[in-house]
Amino acid sequence: MQSVKGIWKVITASSVGTLIEWYDFYIFGSLSTIIAQKFFPSGNPTTALLSTLATFAAGFIVRPFGAVFFGRLGDLIGRKYTFLLTLVLMGGATFLIGCVPSYATIGGWAPFLVLMLRLLQGLALGGEYGGAATYVAEHAPANRRGFYTSWIQTTATLGLFLSLGIILGIRRLVGVEEFTNGNGWRYPFLLSIVLVIVSIIIRLKMKESPMFTKLKQGGKISSNPLKESFGHKENFKMVLLALFGATMGQGVIWYTSQFYAQNFILTKCNIEYEQGNSIILIAIVLATPFFILFGHLSDKIGRKNIMLAGMLLGVLLYRPIFSEIYSISDTSKKTFIAEQKIVTDAASQSNTLVVIKSFDNGSTEKITTKIADGKATEKKEVTLSEKSKWNMILLVFIMVLFVTMAYGPIAAFLVELFPTRIRYTSMSLPYHIGNGVFGGLVPFIATLITTLPGTNVLSGLWYPIGVALLCFIIGSLYLSNKINLKHG
Amino acid sequence: MDKLKRYLGIIWMLIGPVLFIMLVISAVNNINGHAKGDVSNPIPWLIILAIFLPIAIGLAIFGWYALKGNYDKTDKQSC
Repeated sequence: MQSVKGIWKVITASSVGTLIEWYDFYIFGSLSTIIAQKFFPSGNPTTALLSTLATFAAGFIVRPFGAVFFGRLGDLIGRKYTFLLTLVLMGGATFLIGCVPSYATIGGWAPFLVLMLRLLQGLALGGEYGGAATYVAEHAPANRRGFYTSWIQTTATLGLFLSLGIILGIRRLVGVEEFTNGNGWRYPFLLSIVLVIVSIIIRLKMKESPMFTKLKQGGKISSNPLKESFGHKENFKMVLLALFGATMGQGVIWYTSQFYAQNFILTKCNIEYEQGNSIILIAIVLATPFFILFGHLSDKIGRKNIMLAGMLLGVLLYRPIFSEIYSISDTSKKTFIAEQKIVTDAASQSNTLVVIKSFDNGSTEKITTKIADGKATEKKEVTLSEKSKWNMILLVFIMVLFVTMAYGPIAAFLVELFPTRIRYTSMSLPYHIGNGVFGGLVPFIATLITTLPGTNVLSGLWYPIGVALLCFIIGSLYLSNKINLKHG
Repeated sequence: MDKLKRYLGIIWMLIGPVLFIMLVISAVNNINGHAKGDVSNPIPWLIILAIFLPIAIGLAIFGWYALKGNYDKTDKQSC
């Protein structure tokens, strides 16, 4: 068994690298509007096609391929070198995105290069998580596996925190104009190389997983992990069970509580950009320790009950919570007390009218109407009062708690479902289909639902609710709740 | 409980193909319809259909395994 000091080194080395990979993956998504302006100008059908591929293919197709490709490699040559490779690939791709000249400078090469680099990011992410989770789990005692692997589980959420924090920080430092129209947006990408180098240095000092080393020394490594994982019925049925009874529900809970919530707050509630993101940031920070708590609890009372409880809470409470979030920001229900109108550029061709309304609860609404070339565009921003802001933080915090329940114990759960010789391959695929495909499609399918006749702003939630409910039923019936109290 | 698991296998076998067919219908309607943005763009739909086809098949296989009683003694094998 690993010494206490040793296991914390393992956790640190694995978690820092995985955190950076999530950071790298998220900054592209968080800066997608700016990236679209720089690399995928509207009105050009080819760049529009490349933009769509960058958004959809990287998350949905390439991640599962990365899981299979690097999973196989990890079961053949070892966990350490494989997840070192994914880190180099991810860091390199992210850094290079920050270096690619814009469409205005090199034309069609710009979107093509960005698409290729984004696909590399997706491929690397597909390989990283399984390696880190397996590596930590194979160092941890069996009766503490949930606790130790839960540190890896915090990285996905902290990666989002880090990406939002760095983006907001740099935006403030260089100014909105330089960040949006200058080179400021490149800095979060370029910064990645520093983080990756530090992480590589830490990981290089680590040894191979003891379980894998034992297998290797005994000549028991799988010669064909793909065939053993997906070609043998005894293992394949567990891959299917992991996907339909655990990871697909976890994926939609994870995306809905964090990304869909962020998107909903910014686009449906029209909360001011910095305030909206700070609401997500604070809720994430407050909820993150619960990953560890639920990971620890899963060692005591079993993984299944905690994961399924998180899904059930999402099924039951998403609609009331999102409804309340919408209600907090809905100025039509507030009492209007004052209005201020500002007109700028009155002499030029483009006029801007800014109307700021104040309400009795302390919230304000700013409506900016720009009139240029006879066309009027309107932008609405709501700034909440302190009390309303904290109410919204509480609601997001509750939803992130569902994530910590569904996601906290899942690494230990997946690791324990598969044998060491094909673990990396077997656990990576259901995880990335569940998280990447089912979870990643939440914004698209939720938007799709809201375009149907007779729907409203909350109708999109039926997709995550339906998937989580199906997963909850399958998980409740077919999964067991084994508790491993022995060391081993 | 094992009997229920087996009978529900039939449901899982049917859900996969049914949902996939609904997805195809939805794709056709949205691509040809008046929707705007990604929802009307055929590329995301092609990607989604391509990725959901094996998942639907997987769910049907899961149902088949359940029907055949392959998950009857999960306690001994899973987490």
